[in-house]
Amino acid sequence: MTDHIETDVVIIGAGPVGLFAVFELGLLDIKCHLIDILPKVGGQCAELYPEKPIYDIPGFPMVTGQGLVDNLMAQIEPFNPTFHLNEMVESLESIGTPEAPLFRVKTSENGTTFVCKSVIIAAGGGSFQPKKPPIDNIESYEGTSVFYAVRKMEMFRGKKVLIVGGGDSALDWTVNLQPIAKRLTLLHRRDAFRAAPHTVEKMRALVAAGDMDLHLGQVSALKGENHVLEGAVIRKDDGSEHVVDCDVMLPFFGLTMKLGPIAEWGLNLHENLIPVDTEKFETNVPGIFAIGDINTYPGKLKLILSGFHEGALAAQKVHRYVYPEKKLLFQYTTSSTSLQKKLGVAA
Amino acid sequence: MGVIHVTDRAGQRHTLEAIEGWRVMEIIRDWGLPIEGLCGGACECATCHVFVAEDWLGKLYPATEEEEDQLDTVVTKPNSRLSCQILWTPELDGLEVTLAPTGD
Repeated sequence: MTDHIETDVVIIGAGPVGLFAVFELGLLDIKCHLIDILPKVGGQCAELYPEKPIYDIPGFPMVTGQGLVDNLMAQIEPFNPTFHLNEMVESLESIGTPEAPLFRVKTSENGTTFVCKSVIIAAGGGSFQPKKPPIDNIESYEGTSVFYAVRKMEMFRGKKVLIVGGGDSALDWTVNLQPIAKRLTLLHRRDAFRAAPHTVEKMRALVAAGDMDLHLGQVSALKGENHVLEGAVIRKDDGSEHVVDCDVMLPFFGLTMKLGPIAEWGLNLHENLIPVDTEKFETNVPGIFAIGDINTYPGKLKLILSGFHEGALAAQKVHRYVYPEKKLLFQYTTSSTSLQKKLGVAA
Repeated sequence: MGVIHVTDRAGQRHTLEAIEGWRVMEIIRDWGLPIEGLCGGACECATCHVFVAEDWLGKLYPATEEEEDQLDTVVTKPNSRLSCQILWTPELDGLEVTLAPTGD
């Protein structure tokens, strides 16, 4: 059974631009739900550079990626948006008319269905997905012998497991799967690990006790037949190669961004970006908007501040779809009591 | 003024005019070759991974610990570098790099 949520707007992507769109829509009494594939809000700011300082956000001489996200969350709190994290929008279907748009949006993981009057795509570079190493034929083992995430540890009981990588995911799963695997091998390109030091220590102790193997090098080829892996060819920096026997391989190379299902929604695309007009930031489909890094138009700059502006203008047009009978009065938060009431700050 | 030579993933070599102070990733991207540079040069994504010709390796500033951490997220060779971490100067006139394969 799938639940079905009715709302004014679905925002795809909970990065800074999607979050600020909640604010601009909220001032116009428009309710929204946000969907993001990551388990947390903030998009690239939170996932790629939470600690990196940003210097070009108006009014902030310096703010970190995570700091900006935290502030945006505080700013949109009065509008109480609903977040659907760890979910990817799989399909977007138009079920209305160009004059009165209506959409059905479905996500993959939990299969949530939304029916809404407008959709705002604020998906940045696309959806975050595990980085796949460029190894010949790796696709033919995916899902049977090669996995980019661990969903059920039991799957690996009694197996010869090869884990590749040097970050937290690789080291955490090394330590967690070692007790149930038949033999666990960790492969990394160098003898330095960026994972949490205590996990690295645990791994080193297991290696010292002979309970697992650590190899330095890179996977250069896979051996096996019929989607069943038998071994991985490891190439060291000196060019020498050897084979590690394994039933499964778990590469943990971090995340990258892919456009994903957006390409199948009937939107015009230009080099993986969505063309929009610069008055409403609407796509070729009335009622579907694109803001932030995912859109393109003459003069586009991929700046967070541009995305904020785009969200504000898109909200004006969304208002006409959500409240076709209402005249929109332009107001300032400094002077409008009605806006201040919405923000919970009216005297 | 000077140039860099970039071999794309199809094996074709391109000679690109370089600009002092630009990152090699930015030069490659500006000329329209397929380099992703997802994080915009913040050393946070490794999508600008290149292989540097052996005789040029020693002429570059060595990779920082931060760059090594990012190189951990791709399949490297001993001559792997992130092109966003190579600032072009006239000493690098004629620099030779090859775009690393991507996973998809």
